[in-house]
Amino acid sequence: MFPTPVEKIAAPWRWGYKLAVPIVLILWLLPLLGVMMTSIRPASDLAQGNYFGVPSTIALGNYLEVFANTPMGTYIWNSFKVTIPTVIGAVALSCLTGFALAVYKFKSNLLVFFMFVAGNFVPFQILMVPVRDLTLNMGLYDTSMGLVLFHIAFQTGFCTLFMRNFIKALPFELIEAARVEGVSELKIFWFIVLPLMRPAIAALSVLIFTFIWNDYFWATVLVQGSHALPVTAGIFSLNGQWVAQWQLVSAGSIVAAMPPVIMFFLMQKHFIAGLTLGATKG
Amino acid sequence: MISSFKSALIGAVAGVAFASSALAGELVINLDQGDPAPKKAFEEMIAGFKAENPDVEVIVNFMDKEGYKTSIRNFLTADAPDLATWYAGNRMAPFVEAGLFEDVTDVWEEHGLNETLSSAAASMTIDGKKWGVPFTYYQWGIYYRKDIFADLGIETPETWEELLAASAKLKENGITPFTIGTKALWPTGGWFDYMNLRVNGYEFHMDLTSGKVPYTDERVRATFDKWAELVEPGYFIENHAALDWQDAVPPLVQGKAAMYLMGNFAVDVFKSGGLSEDQIGYMQFPVIDPSIPMAEEAPTDTIHIPSGAKNKEDARKFLAYMARADVQTKLNETLGQLPVNSKATRPADPILAQGFNVLSEAYALAQFYDRDVPAQMAKAGMEGFQEFMVKPERVDRILKRLDKVRERVYD
Amino acid sequence: MSDSILSPNVERTAGGNAQAASTTTRWLVNQRRLAPLLFLAPGALMFIIYVIAPIAQSIWVSFYEWDGIGAKTFIGLANYVELLDDEAFYVSLKNNVIWLVMYMLAVPAGLLMAIFLNQTITGIRIYKSLFFFPFVISQIVVGLIFSWFYAPNFGLFTQLLSFLGFGDVAVLADETYVTYGIIIAGLWPQIAYCMILYLTGLNNVSPDQIEAARLDGAKGWKMLWYVIIPQLRPATFIAVVVTVIGALRSFDLVSIMTDGGPWGSSRVLSFYMYEQALSEYGFRMGYGASIAVVLFAIMMVFISIFIVRMLKDEREGY
Repeated sequence: MFPTPVEKIAAPWRWGYKLAVPIVLILWLLPLLGVMMTSIRPASDLAQGNYFGVPSTIALGNYLEVFANTPMGTYIWNSFKVTIPTVIGAVALSCLTGFALAVYKFKSNLLVFFMFVAGNFVPFQILMVPVRDLTLNMGLYDTSMGLVLFHIAFQTGFCTLFMRNFIKALPFELIEAARVEGVSELKIFWFIVLPLMRPAIAALSVLIFTFIWNDYFWATVLVQGSHALPVTAGIFSLNGQWVAQWQLVSAGSIVAAMPPVIMFFLMQKHFIAGLTLGATKG
Repeated sequence: MISSFKSALIGAVAGVAFASSALAGELVINLDQGDPAPKKAFEEMIAGFKAENPDVEVIVNFMDKEGYKTSIRNFLTADAPDLATWYAGNRMAPFVEAGLFEDVTDVWEEHGLNETLSSAAASMTIDGKKWGVPFTYYQWGIYYRKDIFADLGIETPETWEELLAASAKLKENGITPFTIGTKALWPTGGWFDYMNLRVNGYEFHMDLTSGKVPYTDERVRATFDKWAELVEPGYFIENHAALDWQDAVPPLVQGKAAMYLMGNFAVDVFKSGGLSEDQIGYMQFPVIDPSIPMAEEAPTDTIHIPSGAKNKEDARKFLAYMARADVQTKLNETLGQLPVNSKATRPADPILAQGFNVLSEAYALAQFYDRDVPAQMAKAGMEGFQEFMVKPERVDRILKRLDKVRERVYD
Repeated sequence: MSDSILSPNVERTAGGNAQAASTTTRWLVNQRRLAPLLFLAPGALMFIIYVIAPIAQSIWVSFYEWDGIGAKTFIGLANYVELLDDEAFYVSLKNNVIWLVMYMLAVPAGLLMAIFLNQTITGIRIYKSLFFFPFVISQIVVGLIFSWFYAPNFGLFTQLLSFLGFGDVAVLADETYVTYGIIIAGLWPQIAYCMILYLTGLNNVSPDQIEAARLDGAKGWKMLWYVIIPQLRPATFIAVVVTVIGALRSFDLVSIMTDGGPWGSSRVLSFYMYEQALSEYGFRMGYGASIAVVLFAIMMVFISIFIVRMLKDEREGY
């Protein structure tokens, strides 16, 4: 293990380390902690310049106000309406493409694979004008559906890379054996490979959920009305109304950040497994 | 970036998609008046329309003012409502030229609007046709702390020299003369307009905003030299590029700054910030060159029928309704602004009444920099103004840059 | 087509209809050939429609003048010629370079943090997740958090500065600091990301080699440089890839923290493109597209490097 485990070093250093970790953590999260504190401050504290002292009261009312006076509830619901179908769509499609690219040898295999990989790295801006036009022409502009379709298509790139590498690492003998048994390719996919892909599906789902939830660019390009605006774009526009009302901006930000944070803490293992696939050899 | 508040007005069905296809008798209105006071004013006005036309179902989308400016392009082409608010003058030209607004000359003629709305008729006309109905305008001017002026024995400045003297005195007493927040850029436009209107006059200003005069012209430079007399001694608050216009109100309320060149809509914010009515004064922007007639800034807000509207019949009814003297009186009372209809009742509010007088005596009215010049010029121009207000020494470079943009935009 | 695949079917159909047997085999063989196509079709089609084709369309649009509502006019290379003489374009380009360079700090910083946390004290798992979780937060929220952090007069950062005796600096309103201020906000989640990559990498460093190196007297920096880092190469590769992409994609933070200001000094190409093509003051689709093409070309350089590297791995048959 590197560096030397603290158990093996002198006691004062060990205790120093144990003390240092929480201190560094607090410094690391300082901006976030500040915002959390601000979110429970009454407006009067801010007006009187009490930005960092103890809040005069704990004003959970800020959160109430965020929900009562703004379409925050709708925004969050919209985010779910975009995120969940995208997760299902992108994961489903990439199970198929990943399987195809991992299991079959055909001439253009690598070419197709690298098309997905390269497309996945492309700057969004080069897609913006045509995708906006396409969505307008399909009559899906300003709908959750328009966003979902684009996200599914784009995320398929990353997901295919992920799934293909995952399936490649599975024991190929299983598939060979099934073929010897005369099992059809579809059944091989469905009964043999898919069950083995469960961890990959879980990991990808959490990752895609976070990516899509946090998307802001496409939300502003493809959606405009609060009936379909996801929470990232929603908080951006609320920020315009809440000028100088940092207690509301803070509370709103925290609300907007909550779902992926909860998702992360619940599914931590899968999340990190997904994120770090390939960070070790193979 | 765009927020819209769907207000479930009387009869509006909750959950109906935004600006969705209107059924017969359904009227979809998109408004850029999402702030509380305007929202209330419009809700009242629409309730009045509803009472007169019980068969029409009105669906209103209140949207955030800044976001609206981008989203209008989208909804006019993609999913047009039956009515949409916008601005007079050059700002509506691109939509008219692209055929996105309906010609409403018939409404003007049928209801005698050429007479009642005559003051704004010119700014609503393109190619000899009328493209919308103006319903409100408001004065710009310098709002100041009467009490601070009185404490320091400062008379309300009427000339540039007096303004400089007042500023110097305020500064000596540890008070920054002017507050401003230029993060959103447009507040700088008010300053440039007034400086240029006072230094070079209305005709020159219009020539400049319509691209006929280069920004590198000596007369434009003269405007900036005058302006520098306030910028260089530090008469504007620090860090204004980090502030929105609302962020710039607290210094005024706290007495750290004493004046604010703004539109009348700011008074509402001053009051909710804690200033009482007798602390707030209003003055016309002072004279710089006495030989130049005083033109004023008075942006006009308008309402239009998109050519893609589904219920143009009711939309026309609504335009006629909004042009009426009684409707404009009431709407503007709540808005705290001025009615365009000449038969409307004059405002009772003292500051508003003062503004009304200034505007009625004005030599001419400018719309506002970002409405008088094309959008691309507006962005580059106001960025230049902002840069000048922080780095006045760069004036020549800035003007050269602006002229490059002018050459391209107006070619 | 090998016997081993055919034989079970032959057995199964033995004694039955010979015709059926041959149909089944043909189906089996054909389906194997068709299967990849069928499995690929839905995903690839979506990807081509929404990603590959738009790239070509954007390049095409960049030769036109188009306001998004009227007709398109072909103007050849005029948009690119204009770019060459556009001060704002150069500001954006310069900022993109600053982004790329500064953002790379996330990689060593992430490594340091991973080394710092690669211990087994009580509660370390919770510490690790808390260190990591800025990455989970949307960039819009990160932008708001840092806007508050930098706010003039009362922001935490400003307070710290004046506590340390520096003057009141409005980071986001100062053309010299603004881009760095935004990048620091961007580094916050990015360092967390690199950290988690390296933590996983460190987990898989072979203990034998560390022991062997220790016996050889390697420790501290030497150990890190000669033993650990070479073994972390896969993690470093991914960290660099995601950081480069992150740097070139930076849009959300600029949009929410400064809107490109003050006077356009914090623009980056991705933001400038959006501004020109879709914002209140823009709607020059053709010009916007030409900016996007430039950004795409820059990204292509990196994409090619990544692909070549991955291709090499593929050939080596990892």
